[in-house]
Parts: sequence; structure tokens; C-alpha cells
Amino acid sequence: MTLVDAPPKAAGPASRRRRSATLLTGCALTALVVLLALVSLVWLPFDAGDTSGGRLAGPGDGHLLGTDKLGRDLFTQLMTGSRIAVGAGLGSVAVAALLGVTLGVLAAFAQGWLDDTLAAFLDILIAFPTLLLAMLVVAARSATLGSAVLAIGLAQSAVVARLVRILVKRVLAQDYITAARTSGTSWPRTVAAHVLPNIWPTLVVNLALQFGLAVLAEAGLSYLGLGAPPPNASWGRMLQEAQATFTTAPAGALAPGILLVVLVIGVNLVADGLRDTLDPATRRRRT
Amino acid sequence: MGRYLLRRLIFLLVSLALASVVLFVLLRLLPGDPANALTSVGASPEQIAAARRSIGSDRPLPEQFTHWLGQLASGDLGTSFVSSLPVGPEVSARLNVTVPLTLAAFVLAVVVAVPVGFVAAYRRRTWYGALLSGVSQLGIAIPVFWLGMILIAVFALNAGWLPSGGFPQDGWAAPADAVRSLVLPVVTIALVMAASLIRYVRSATLDVLGSDYLRTARALGASFPRAMWRHGLRNASVPVISVLGIELASTLLGAVVVESVFALPGLGSLLATGIAQHDYPVVQGVLFVSTLAVLLIGFAADLVQRVIDPRLRGRLSGGAR
Repeated sequence: MTLVDAPPKAAGPASRRRRSATLLTGCALTALVVLLALVSLVWLPFDAGDTSGGRLAGPGDGHLLGTDKLGRDLFTQLMTGSRIAVGAGLGSVAVAALLGVTLGVLAAFAQGWLDDTLAAFLDILIAFPTLLLAMLVVAARSATLGSAVLAIGLAQSAVVARLVRILVKRVLAQDYITAARTSGTSWPRTVAAHVLPNIWPTLVVNLALQFGLAVLAEAGLSYLGLGAPPPNASWGRMLQEAQATFTTAPAGALAPGILLVVLVIGVNLVADGLRDTLDPATRRRRT
Repeated sequence: MGRYLLRRLIFLLVSLALASVVLFVLLRLLPGDPANALTSVGASPEQIAAARRSIGSDRPLPEQFTHWLGQLASGDLGTSFVSSLPVGPEVSARLNVTVPLTLAAFVLAVVVAVPVGFVAAYRRRTWYGALLSGVSQLGIAIPVFWLGMILIAVFALNAGWLPSGGFPQDGWAAPADAVRSLVLPVVTIALVMAASLIRYVRSATLDVLGSDYLRTARALGASFPRAMWRHGLRNASVPVISVLGIELASTLLGAVVVESVFALPGLGSLLATGIAQHDYPVVQGVLFVSTLAVLLIGFAADLVQRVIDPRLRGRLSGGAR
């Protein structure tokens, strides 16, 4: 017969070590891709349009991973792709944060039926996949990196808004808010001084997760041909172009995917590590 | 419960009405004249005007809206601007692919995720508990289309066991071929879905394992399986069901990328072409049907949660979060 696990103890040195290991691994993986993106701004092994390498050549002759079907250096494309991935993630999260926090704070002040309606409206919006909402926005504008970022950010702002609404509602029920209000603090000041500082740890963790999802969504859009137009090398489009030659030239169909996974896992681990470090409530549970 | 059912039903209808207004207005805000899709590049203003008249886009918006509602009421989703075919039959033909794909992937994901998530929580201090959590981390970071590409390369191109894409021309009239062509897409979606479900199941299980009521039940002499069955399952399933509802709904349309990888004629790809061609009736029809599905799934999830957890009964929507 098995016994119930003992209730999780307060974080001891062991779990703290594990926590910082998560954070550290996450930071290392993320830094790898960010570094690639930063270096690509000042140096690339080959010119982006250089097709002198011959089609689908193997590694060698200065080509670290070989070339793609047009003869362009694969590693050069991976480097420019990392710039697009990181940029798309940051841009989308900025849009989602700005819009989501504003909407969420406003929605948290709603009462009664308006509250019910807003909550349900956000629930419905969230049920629609990010990619789908993004496709609509991209269709309305044109297929550029800018519209992809805007679109993903807009779609994610619903998720952020719902989270912020719940968090703010919880804070608003606290005594210190009543105290602030009765002592004459205005609503905008109360939000800035008391509400936002109390929700930001959870918010930051969620935004880190949204970053990973945004990177995946941008790759998906590019795969469908709705992301940054050629000759920008987005990892999603690189994968789409390499799909037909997967078995004959696997490097092109594997490398961008691996980097995508590295970046997204990296950011997710950072989020996990941050959650345990920033949020005292989970520090006692879930080691 | 009867009162709640009525309230929730009214809420469902109001949301559907609201959603259809939003849908209609949103699509009219998109730039790009659908009349362009009907006319050739050098069309004269008269030809464009005639095209607008033929699809009714020259009439005032409120009139277009009531016209659309009237059609909907009689079960008509309109006619495609591009193909001049009715949208309804096209949508239901696509549903023949998308619904089996989504449901099979959903069931497979749940069947995998619930035991794995439970073990990952219950045995979290063992190496395999940690391994399961790690694998699910990997699963949520993998782009779904890349996983599809890899599965195609391994199981279709290399091993030659399954088709690499497409759907039989005869559809379900050739059941063996239809099933074979859905195996890889189903597995692709199910793996990605299971990865995120595992995390929810794991965290819900952890909450239950650390709870006072479970300890009390054990102290009163209930065996662990019995305590879990009587008290744990109910409590753990409420948050999981609310996630399940969202996952199911979003897969219905989120399958668009997977449909593209496997060249499947599903609802998502119909929507994608509709958007690209500014074919309002198609886009509107697909989005209306999927909104209806999303709302119905939410309705069902709310009902199930209320049956499971009486504490939620005072609230209109949403589970414990």
C-alpha cells in the first residue's frame, strides 16, 4: 500500500538549488539564441543573398551546415532568423502587455452583468486560436513581419487581459485598497501604487510564457506564408521550404526547428524559475 | 440546476447574437473590395458596380446584416463570392475531416495526459516523474508543424507505413484510406495537446495531494485509491475540464497549420483560402459555425463543472481558476 506523499515542505536549500538550476538553464538557452541574433546584426558568415555555395550542399567550404535549395548558406539564414524570432517575440509581448493590462484593469472594475459579460467575452476570444486571429489581421493588412507581430500581440492581449482582470479583482478585495481609498487616494493612483506592484510577479511570468507562444505563432504564420516576406529568413519559412527535401537534406529541415525549441524551452524555463523566485505563494508548494 | 440551465442558455444565445454582430462588422472593416475577386484586373467601373450589385455589397450595412440573419435563420450560410457555390455544404464537407481529426486527437491527448500527468505529480521526486515533466516541457516548445514534418519523414517517407498527406477523393466512402490519412495528423495534434494538458493535470493533482481534505480522508482510514477516487478526482477535474473546453475549441480551428502540413481539406484550410480571397460568405460561415461550436463547448464544460463542483453553482460561467 502506498502512502500519500508528505505535504510539500517549505523550500529548503535543495529545492532552492533546483529552482536556480531551472532559471540558469533557461537563461543559458535563451542567451544562446539572443546572442546569435545580436551577432547577426554586426556580422554574418555569408551575405544573405549569396548563392555561390551550390544547391543543397553539405557542410564544408565555410558553410557550417551546408546550403539550402537556392544555394544560400544555412547558418547565415539561421542567424538572421534568430533576429526575426526574438524580435517577433518581444514585439508581440509588448503589444499584448500594453493592451492586455489596460483592458484587464478596466474590466476588473466592472460589476454585475457587465462583469459577467466581459469575462465571457474574453473567454470566447481566448477560445479562438492565436494563429487564427493573427491570420485575420494579416489578411486585413499585408503579410509583413509588422502585421504578424501586431496580430499575435492583439490575439494574446485577450489572454493577458483575462489574467490581469482576475489578479486585479483579487487585489481590489484587500483591506489595504479600502484603506487607500478611504484616505482619499484617487483610483488611478491606487492602481499605480497598490494594484500594479502586487500583480506584476505573476504578470511577468505570464508574459514570458506569451513570448514563447508568440515565437511559435510567428513561425506558424511564416510556415503558412503569412509572416515576413522573402528574402527575410524566418525559421518558419525555412522549415516550409525544406519540407520537400527533408530526407535528402535533413539539416535545413532540422536546424531551424531545433533552434525554435531551444528558444521556447529557454524562455519557458526562465518563466518557471521566475515564478518560483518571484511568487512567494508557489514557493511553499510545487517544487 | 433548472434555473441555472435557463440562465446559461439565455447567456449562450445572447453571446451568439453578440458574436454574430462582431463578426459581421469586423469582416466589413477589412480592407479590400470583395468585388475585385469577381472581376478581372482591368475591369471598368461599371463591371465592378455590377459585381457589387450581384453580391449585395452595394446595399447599406444594416440591410446586409438583416439579410444575413434571415439566411442564418433558415439554415443558409450564403453563397461563396468566388466559386458561386453554397457555403453550407462546403462547410459540412470540411467538417467531415476536421471533426474526426479534432475529436480523435482530443481523446488520444486526454487518454495520454491524464495518467501521465498524475504520475508526474504523484512520483515527482523519482527520475521518471521528472522525466515526464521534462518531456511535456519539450512538447509545449515544439512547433506543431515541425512535429508533423518529422512524423512524415519518419513514418511516411522512411518507413512508408502511412501516407505523407492528402485525404482520399471519395472521403469516408473509402474508410480504410481515410483513417490511414488521418493517423499522422491526429498523432501530431494529440502529442502537442497532451504536452500542455499534462502540465495542468500535474498541477491539479499536486494541489489535491497537498490538500487537507485528502489527508483527513486518509487519517480516517480511507485507502489512497479510495480517497483519491472519492475526493481527489472531483477536485482535480474542475480546473482541468475548463482547460479541456478551451483546448477542444481551439483545436477545431487551430488545426489549420496541421491541415496545411498534411494537405488535408479541413475547416481551417477553407478559412485560410477564404481569407486570402476576401470571400466574406465563406469566412463568415466558417467563423459563425466555429463560434457556435466554441460557445456550445463552453456551455457543456460549464454544465459538467457544475455537476462536479456544487460550489460553482452561484456563478454564471467559468470554473475554478
